[in-house]
Amino acid sequence: MATEVQGAEAAGHEGEGVRRRDFLGIPASVAAVSFAGIGGLATIFPLIAQMNPSADVVAQSTTEVDLSAIEPGQGIKAVFHSQPLFVRHLTPAEIAAADKVNPATLRDPQTLEERTVDGKKQWLITMGVCTHLGCVPLGIGEGENRGEFGGYFCPCHGSQYDTAARIRKGPAPKNLEVPKYKYLTDTHVVVG
Amino acid sequence: MSFPWAEHYEPKNPLMKWVDERLPLPRLVYNAIGAGYPVPRNLNYFWNFGVLAGMALTIQLVTGIVLAMHYAASSGIAFDSVEHIMRDVNAGWLLRYAHATGASFFFIVVYIHIFRGLYFSSYKAPREMVWLLGVVIFLLMMATAFMGYVLPWGQMSYWGAQVITGLFSAIPLVGDSLHTWLLGGFAPGDAALNRFFSLHYLLPFVIAGVIILHIWSLHIPGSSNPTGVEVKGPEDTVPFHPYYTAKDGFGVAIFLLIYALVLFFGPNMMGHPDNYIPANPMATPAHIVPEWYFWPFYAILRAFTFDFGIPGVITIIPAKLMGVLAMFSAIALLFFLPWIDTSPVRSGKYRPLFKKFFWLLVIDVLVLGYCGGSPAEEPYVMISQLAAAYYFAHFLIILPIIATIEKPLPLPGSITEAVLAKHKGNTADAVAAE
Amino acid sequence: MVRILGILVGIFFSGWLLVTFLVGAYTYVSSPPAATAEAEFHLHPKEVDWSFNGPLGHYDKRQLQRGFQVYSEVCSACHSLKLVAFRDLEALGYNEAEIKAIAKKRQIADIDPKTGEATTRPGLPADHFPLVYPNDTAARAANNNAIPPDQSLLAKSRHGGPDYIYSLLTGYRDQPAALLKQFPDAKTPTGLHYNPYFPNLNLAMAPPLTADGQVTYGPGNPKPTKDQMAKDVAAFLMWAAEPKLETRHNVGRAVVFFLLIASILSWLAYRSVWADKEH
Repeated sequence: MATEVQGAEAAGHEGEGVRRRDFLGIPASVAAVSFAGIGGLATIFPLIAQMNPSADVVAQSTTEVDLSAIEPGQGIKAVFHSQPLFVRHLTPAEIAAADKVNPATLRDPQTLEERTVDGKKQWLITMGVCTHLGCVPLGIGEGENRGEFGGYFCPCHGSQYDTAARIRKGPAPKNLEVPKYKYLTDTHVVVG
Repeated sequence: MSFPWAEHYEPKNPLMKWVDERLPLPRLVYNAIGAGYPVPRNLNYFWNFGVLAGMALTIQLVTGIVLAMHYAASSGIAFDSVEHIMRDVNAGWLLRYAHATGASFFFIVVYIHIFRGLYFSSYKAPREMVWLLGVVIFLLMMATAFMGYVLPWGQMSYWGAQVITGLFSAIPLVGDSLHTWLLGGFAPGDAALNRFFSLHYLLPFVIAGVIILHIWSLHIPGSSNPTGVEVKGPEDTVPFHPYYTAKDGFGVAIFLLIYALVLFFGPNMMGHPDNYIPANPMATPAHIVPEWYFWPFYAILRAFTFDFGIPGVITIIPAKLMGVLAMFSAIALLFFLPWIDTSPVRSGKYRPLFKKFFWLLVIDVLVLGYCGGSPAEEPYVMISQLAAAYYFAHFLIILPIIATIEKPLPLPGSITEAVLAKHKGNTADAVAAE
Repeated sequence: MVRILGILVGIFFSGWLLVTFLVGAYTYVSSPPAATAEAEFHLHPKEVDWSFNGPLGHYDKRQLQRGFQVYSEVCSACHSLKLVAFRDLEALGYNEAEIKAIAKKRQIADIDPKTGEATTRPGLPADHFPLVYPNDTAARAANNNAIPPDQSLLAKSRHGGPDYIYSLLTGYRDQPAALLKQFPDAKTPTGLHYNPYFPNLNLAMAPPLTADGQVTYGPGNPKPTKDQMAKDVAAFLMWAAEPKLETRHNVGRAVVFFLLIASILSWLAYRSVWADKEH
């Protein structure tokens, strides 16, 4: 017994200065390091999650709009997700002008039906953000320039939208975005 | 690193070889914390605390940078922005509590690290520079922590800032101008808050830089060890990797465990409830106290209640200035320790007289801390006067005297001799038991 | 040289401190500091066994709802809760419709969209609980020169937290004769109320919970005694101050469990690495 212990001591001495272990060759070390790695990954989650919108921002994520005061031919600019929201009450002439266009000729083919809710074709609700580089187009307010197609006109680079807010001329690639919305009543809409 | 038996970096991986030929960073890491850095084989757990301090700094940097994405440094909204973080930001409560708890743990770890240095005389030649840089890091930490505590703009934030910046007005001649210059105003306000935020963000990176110098200056002579006897040959050392990477890994796990217990189950334990009240310049809290890690120095500051001079005849130094001088001297004297303690023996293990006074110092600092966190009333004022008197006497009077009159125990011939002696004792018992 | 200067500095500070101590000790013994009414008669908060105490602590949703009811019907007349949003009440177990109704009952300061004048509108879930007074001056004018503190953080900004709130609400009593005898100058001033749990014994708030049944609890709840109402509102205010307590405890248990395993694994790794090295 005594000799075994002394032998082990001597073996320990001979091991000095010589790298006897390749790192990670030991199961315990592998387990410990892997486990720590999992912990490290788990720690990353809150660090990334904190950059997502906070609860108060998420709570502001819907906008309610009252349609009752908007006459045909008029529109209002509301706010949705901190950006302009165009709510327009289309006249029968504007609806007809939109329906007359063959969608296949459009850069971003869509009909007015597709961009409004069934039975509520006269209410056109879109974002007020030009799909080119993000300016706010003109045309929603009284007396503003509506461009050649009677819809919206973006003064930054000349994009022209028609009465269904579809891109007809100019550099913008897509029609004005239609956000998700639903009718709570005939005159009350919640967007988002 | 100047030990001749140290392993040399020989990259096997072709990518590492390519990088190392162009930027010797892999080599640097290998020589600093890899198998290329021989370390005494007999280090005890008190040697874990340097790495733990680095870990704490990393936690503070990461949580701090992320918190800064949501914090607003303007007196009208700072308090509410912190509550916004606590309530609305995803995992915000976790980040805020991690940062607040992290500051406390940073100081716990650093205080143990410092006391290790005091007991084992890590400050002695040839490691004086390591110690000096360490005291610089400690000062930077205190400045950073002080400014960080002001940022939530609670009652203690505001009034703590008021008291500490007010100390500067005690300096004769330039005091008042200095005070106004520091604050950018006559009382803590937006100017002070904004500059404290800017500097609080900056200083941790300065600390990181000084830590690099601190470790670099350590790696020139190499680490000391619990016997205080220098490394004599290869049998005295083991390569840092894997021996101390494994031991530090275990230390980090235990540190994180205790940290997590406090963070998740007692996050407000070390704080003060008054800081959950928005700052009110018109109403002073009943008892203004800083965070616990400043309490010993706060006790020294408040211990001076009489003007220095002859009462009724002449005042040489007003009490407020005495307190300020004493508080700064209490930290400044640490810089001179390598030249005050002239004993040729390093480790407290072999210095029986020194050992007794060392433990007295530990108790003294704990007593000072308790007094610093208590109201400035009797009996705490009297106790802090005695405790502060001992603090200065210990470092400036007692240590040099001990160094000359002490009779140290015989030192082991080498580290290996000490290790074997310890084990021979154990195995002899095992043999006898059979 | 350094040592000599050091010894001189040491004698300077230690010496002066000892002198100060001796003078102070003499003064303390010869003319001890006078006792104060606060020191003698102030009581520490009663300890309550809250459901949220300890590492397994969690909120009792029904208690929180009762406490919210007490806050709404009693406290909110003077005390704001401005850091809490109506949508946060989901944690108490209310559904979307109930929260909308709670929000709608309260008026939120806003601007008339047509004239720009200051006006109020019914609340939405995203709104925070409104302020009671437009500013501090108005608050003081209406409350005997005292500002009723906002309650969002009350449970964390007072020593004892919910224990203190409960003790204060149930602690109102007449000033004891013993106090008046020992400190004849410490009679409670008019307009203030004696309460030994309050730091300086007299506070401006009149007892808010005056009778059992002041608030009516729905079926399936304990009786709304003063004691019960005080407990419930203290629990609610703890939630208002620390809404993430349960999440924190849940994540904490998982993290601590993980770190226990990690500690064991790293200990085993450390032992296996050092197995052949005496140290």
